[in-house]
Amino acid sequence: MKNVIDIQHLKKSFGKNEVLKDIKLTLAKGENLVVMGKSGSGKSVLIKCLVGLIEADDGIINILDKNISELPDNELNELRKKIGFLFQSAALYDSMSIRENLEFPLRGLCNLTRQEIDAKVLEALKNVGLLEVIDKAPSELSGGMKKRAGLARTLILNPEIMFYDEPTTGLDPITSKEISNLILEMQKKFNTSSIIITHDIQCAKITSNRIIIIHEGLFVAEGTFKELEQSEDKWVRSFFK
Amino acid sequence: MPKIKAHASHTTANKEYPKGVLIESFVKFFTEVTLITKFTGKFFRQVFLPPYEFNELVKQCYIIGCKSLPLVGITGFIMGLVLTIQSRPTLAEFGAESWLPAMVAVSLIREIGPVITALICAGKVGSGIGAELASMKVTEQIDAMEVSGINPFKYLVITRIVATTLMVPILVLFSDAIALGGSFLAVNIEGDVSFQLFFAQVFEKLDFMDVLPSILKTFFFGFVIGLIGCFKGYYSNKGTEGVGISANSSVVISSLLVFIIDMIAVQITSLLI
Repeated sequence: MKNVIDIQHLKKSFGKNEVLKDIKLTLAKGENLVVMGKSGSGKSVLIKCLVGLIEADDGIINILDKNISELPDNELNELRKKIGFLFQSAALYDSMSIRENLEFPLRGLCNLTRQEIDAKVLEALKNVGLLEVIDKAPSELSGGMKKRAGLARTLILNPEIMFYDEPTTGLDPITSKEISNLILEMQKKFNTSSIIITHDIQCAKITSNRIIIIHEGLFVAEGTFKELEQSEDKWVRSFFK
Repeated sequence: MPKIKAHASHTTANKEYPKGVLIESFVKFFTEVTLITKFTGKFFRQVFLPPYEFNELVKQCYIIGCKSLPLVGITGFIMGLVLTIQSRPTLAEFGAESWLPAMVAVSLIREIGPVITALICAGKVGSGIGAELASMKVTEQIDAMEVSGINPFKYLVITRIVATTLMVPILVLFSDAIALGGSFLAVNIEGDVSFQLFFAQVFEKLDFMDVLPSILKTFFFGFVIGLIGCFKGYYSNKGTEGVGISANSSVVISSLLVFIIDMIAVQITSLLI
């Protein structure tokens, strides 16, 4: 199967703190890859390097056959339109309503009429079950609703790749399960390839095709949920208890 | 023994403390100046390039301009009123009371109006921009904009800097007009001067070189207020604590720059006249 992401020897340090030491990673088309690890192990830094929010010190990051470190700003922005990123806090724009939040990524697409934009917004909100909050401000939504609205905003451009940064953090178990199921549902519906950063075992179990465990900037274990759950390594096994 | 050791190291640290702080402050100051210069360069490189965010620019002009009108109007009115009341006794002492409208007008339009209005804008608008962008940074909203392929610098920074550059001169003109109204009222508290006579005296003594430099410098005031607010907010760190720091330092630095620009403008004007 064709790889949509191919990372070789990725390194990133902040001062003397080596966060990513020598990361090699591939993501196949349609695959859901979960990256797990302790807090501060470099998981979020990894996906921020992939979208160019953090500049890597060394290594090659190929996304959709393009080396992002060699791309000029305008081409990087075009590539970013094919990538969705759900932030830990959902990162909805406070000064805009949910409708305006969803319209915002569409502003670069000049060929869309007002009716087409409205239709896309309604469809995106319908997909995540949030039609009733379309004209509300982000501050009026609960944590779970914000995550769903954030997911709708990232999916509105029909991205080929999705990055989820701790999508279930701060949510109760029931809402966490709903978000995890929604991630899986959206992946099947839009045939996206995803990297999901999480601590949540239930989320990993529901969404993953493959799991990688990162420890002190290095990948220390890789496999399916079942394989890692029954790993011979005590430290890896302890993650799943 | 440990007590003596601790005391000794504390004394050594105290001796080295001022020197260390001084060097650190110099490094911090020059780093900040370099970063602001780079930020300004980035603004001029991108301001004329498409896409142009006209809707956001209009929205910012409304927020910065229209929403500041009441505050600027009230302070302008009080400024004109107080300046007239305070100046009257001194002028009366020299029998030059009839010069009051002209003197107040020249003071207001050349110096006090632009500077006070710019300081008010630095407090209201500069802190607002600094806090807004800093909170967007903390809550990853700027990152979200960037990953959705939209240039946050163009959308958030350029629109705000252009809006302050355009709106502060308009606010200054508005403030000057209201201040002259306040002055007219103050003149009439003790005297009886008609509206026509008051403004005839005002415009008799005001010439082109009083008005033009004072308007030109307000564009620079507006520019630095927007620039510093955006810079402090856009590069905010330290989480929510950083929001307060950004708002505060935006006001402090832009107020200081307003005075520095004013001083340079006065020097240039006096050389030209």
